[in-house]
Amino acid sequence: MSTVPDDLRYSKEHEWVRLEGDTATIGITHFAQEQLGDVVFVELPEKNASVRQFASLGVVESVKAASDIYSPISGEVVERNVKVIEKPELVNRSPYEQGWMVKVKLADKGELNKLLSAQDYRAHIGETAGAGGD
Amino acid sequence: MTIRTQAIPDVGAKTPVPALEPLVFELARPGRNGRHVRSGEAADIPEAFRRTTPLRLPELTEPQVVRHYTHLAQLNYSVDTGMYPLGSCTMKYNPKVNDRVAGLFADVHPRQSYRTTQGVLALAYELEQMLAKITGMDFVSLQPQAGAQSEFTALLVFKAYHAKRGEAATRTRIIVPDSAHGTNPASAAMCGYHVTTVKSDARGNVDLDALKAELGPDVAGFMLTNPNTLGLFEERVREVCDAVHAAGALVYGDGANMNALLGVARPGDLGFDCVHINVHKTFSTPHGAGGPGAGPLCVKAHLRPFLPKPWIVREADGSYHYDTAREDREPAGLGDSIGTIKQRIGNFGVLARAYTYMKTLGEEGLVETGRDAILAANYLLALLRPAYDVAYDRPPMHEFVLSAAKQKKLGASALDISKALLDEGFHSPTVYFPLIVPEAMMIEPTETEPKETLDAFAAALLRIAERVKSDPASVRAAPTKAPLRRLDEVAAARKPVLRYRVPGVAGADT
Amino acid sequence: MGNNPYSPHTEADRAAMLQKIGVRDIDELLGAIPKDARHPKLDVAPGMSEMEVQAHLEQLAALNKNAGSGPFFIGGAIQRRYIPAAVPVLALRGEFLTAYTPYQPEVSQGTLQAVWEYQSLMAELLAMDVVNSSMYDGGSAVAEAAFMAVRLTGRKRVVVATEVDFTYRRTLRTYARGPELEIVEVPSAKLASSVEGAACLIVQHPDAFGTLVDVKTIADAAHAAGALCVQVTEPHACALLAPPGALGADVVVGEGQPLGITMSYGGPHLGIFACREALVRQMPGRIAGQTLDANGTRGFVNTLQTREQHIRREKATSNICTNEALAAITAAVYLSLLGPEGLRAAARAGVARAHALAKRLAALPGCAIANDGPFFDRFTLRSEIGGWDLRNALLARGIQVEATASHYVDGRRVGRDDVIIQCTELTTDADEDALVDAIAELARSGETVAAR
Repeated sequence: MSTVPDDLRYSKEHEWVRLEGDTATIGITHFAQEQLGDVVFVELPEKNASVRQFASLGVVESVKAASDIYSPISGEVVERNVKVIEKPELVNRSPYEQGWMVKVKLADKGELNKLLSAQDYRAHIGETAGAGGD
Repeated sequence: MTIRTQAIPDVGAKTPVPALEPLVFELARPGRNGRHVRSGEAADIPEAFRRTTPLRLPELTEPQVVRHYTHLAQLNYSVDTGMYPLGSCTMKYNPKVNDRVAGLFADVHPRQSYRTTQGVLALAYELEQMLAKITGMDFVSLQPQAGAQSEFTALLVFKAYHAKRGEAATRTRIIVPDSAHGTNPASAAMCGYHVTTVKSDARGNVDLDALKAELGPDVAGFMLTNPNTLGLFEERVREVCDAVHAAGALVYGDGANMNALLGVARPGDLGFDCVHINVHKTFSTPHGAGGPGAGPLCVKAHLRPFLPKPWIVREADGSYHYDTAREDREPAGLGDSIGTIKQRIGNFGVLARAYTYMKTLGEEGLVETGRDAILAANYLLALLRPAYDVAYDRPPMHEFVLSAAKQKKLGASALDISKALLDEGFHSPTVYFPLIVPEAMMIEPTETEPKETLDAFAAALLRIAERVKSDPASVRAAPTKAPLRRLDEVAAARKPVLRYRVPGVAGADT
Repeated sequence: MGNNPYSPHTEADRAAMLQKIGVRDIDELLGAIPKDARHPKLDVAPGMSEMEVQAHLEQLAALNKNAGSGPFFIGGAIQRRYIPAAVPVLALRGEFLTAYTPYQPEVSQGTLQAVWEYQSLMAELLAMDVVNSSMYDGGSAVAEAAFMAVRLTGRKRVVVATEVDFTYRRTLRTYARGPELEIVEVPSAKLASSVEGAACLIVQHPDAFGTLVDVKTIADAAHAAGALCVQVTEPHACALLAPPGALGADVVVGEGQPLGITMSYGGPHLGIFACREALVRQMPGRIAGQTLDANGTRGFVNTLQTREQHIRREKATSNICTNEALAAITAAVYLSLLGPEGLRAAARAGVARAHALAKRLAALPGCAIANDGPFFDRFTLRSEIGGWDLRNALLARGIQVEATASHYVDGRRVGRDDVIIQCTELTTDADEDALVDAIAELARSGETVAAR
């Protein structure tokens, strides 16, 4: 599987969105999990919580860092992936599949326009990857 | 000097996995007891309040306990066994006379009448005076028990200062440099402030133009470490302080690096409104494996009214008391004080050690400390710069930052180098801080390391640099000569095991 | 020069180092410092030899009246207890005392295992799931517990019993100025009914006056309202009383100094902080965890560090960095030496003495025990001679007791002055007799000493 799948949309803060009808599945990208290192803990919102585009919806922790997860879209949480809470390593092993984090019922499809295409995201991380350091 | 790997003889205790030393729980056997306290009294406790939960503390006799903790001690690296080149920690020698005289004050309770603690008050009062003089400030609070608590105290003082001028509601922001220690923004957040960051320039100074753009009427204060966490003196420090003051805000001095300034310069002369001191850094008190310390807060006169109470008062006849109407009453006229952080005088046992150190060194000794600290750091830098990148090209003060970016490209990171140093018999420097230098290694030798030790440390780091070129895998495999190999910190964080659970009991983990 | 006895540098060393650096004098490196600020006169007295400094400190210490120099009944959170000889011998070994924070765990297993053992021993004593490796002291631990409850519930009101040690309440109020929390103080009996909108109820048991408190009812009321129950406690009390974990406490805080740490006029001491497992990621402070090294050998590391300031920075659970690790190690040594029997014996001795003493004092004219119910190892004495007058009169006779207010609310004294009497295993028959005789004599003679 590619590290930046073409069928997804991306945020600058390294989250991805997969749209299926009205429901958006959200996670963090391969680049993000690589930067974080081994994920040890994921904090996710409860079902029915509302999330806002670009606002924090939770936290992903590794041994050396803790990062907010920013929601790429607004809406209502319809499901959270308890598997990544039990086995945080899924985020490292399979960030786009088994490592998904929440499913959100989309409030406004227009928000997707504010996100990056796979190509734009590749360019985005291509820029930052050269800036060195862990 | 190599770290001894203690061969622990079989003590007849079973450990579930190979271990350096059994736990006290594993050494225990039912019926093993000491006789330290006379027993036999019957205590009258109403049945409803009695403990029925089993008290499964381990039962051991004293010889076992002594051997156990002695074994544990022997697994530790310490200042007494070797050099710690940790930047911004100032791991200087901890004089033993300080420990001994601190013990003279062991049997005094903080709620005793001031009339029975004149020695305590006299020491504390003189200590306040000396700290004020050394920092160029006017008044001192000895209550904070560490640097972080001192920062928090200072920010509460800032808040009260602005409130007095009717500006507490508008001044809600604190600015920190991008090189700031993590406690700075954490303390600001605890104080209800939100935090913005200003970047450093190419010479390692706070970018003055960026700071001026960042300042505004919503800023309460700016927190600055000087010399900063790069070991560099802020070249335009007075302009920085002036800019902050012009915006109606205050400048907080993080005094973690005060060792470089002893007798060299005083924060009070450079524009700071206050500065905290880490006595467990600059004034030689032992680190105690993570604490205790003490963090006196030194302020200019305009901030005094807000300092925590009570204050120590010296009478004309040379006697001392607190400025309270009646001892441990609410201070007469709490006035504008923020209240109390710690009853009475903070970590007195630690402060007594700092006092003794200052009395031992005296003015000339303190001045010599600052100069030797700067000398040692610059010497070490001269020895190391052939092999490691230097982050900024101007003379540092008592510490400096190298980058292992070059070595990382060859296959060994700052982390790997820090582990390889353990095999060479040295503790590592601070790594990955400050955040603005990639693969950072922050090195502070202090003034109490002999030149031979500095030479040996440099030689070790140069040897490692060579090994990185020829055999980086061996560096990544380090340490191999310490009591343990690298520990699985990921597993420790994923499935935390934070205590022992008696086996066979509900809820047991092990 | 040779003015710093701890600096090993000779003139030859300095010359060699300067040469390597390529300067003639250190001053050449100080160009960044404004000229007029360079080389200030510190105006600090000249240095002394070790011999002289020892003498000077002895002179200062001689101006104090040590607790052990006469009958001593001051206590509360900080207590004068028996410290076994092996405690300082072990805990103050240079390898513990002069070690740094264990950020390189491979060479810090002494610290890390000793701290983990402290966490385990304390968790057992408190019957709580998790204990951190220390806060500064009881007062700051109370404040941080309140902050934690606020973080977890999103509510900004903290309700605290007036029978919680008054210095803890003062520190709490000061800390609360930061996030602008609302601190409400009510008597313990009113805590349950004051829980509306509270982030937590803070109760002390045994309380500052020594009285035993029904924590379970308060914990139940807190939980029913979605609030946390924070219990302030004392270690020796937990050996004999139902521990906080059995009473429903969510967070437990207190002062661990009585566990083998000297009083030293108030510090350094040991802030105890414990919580239920579900709350551990919101718990402030460092914590040691068990793991394995690359060879599969058991070892310990500082874990859950991403909550802490050096990683999370402004989102940290607390700003705490330096803590009281050595005090935690000291407590582990003390608890290992005493074991369950020794700890119970020490606790029982204090309780037995307090009850015997209270009985004799209550029989004296004009004296009564002011506790609302049964007490543990300290009690409150109400005398017709006012509390401060009594305290001063006793001090004139070489007996030290603590005077306090019956209630101390919102920084103001409410009610009468009483005297609080603390007993421990160190309180002797002679101490007991001295106190009883002195108060009896004062009651007879009607002598009082005017308050200062």
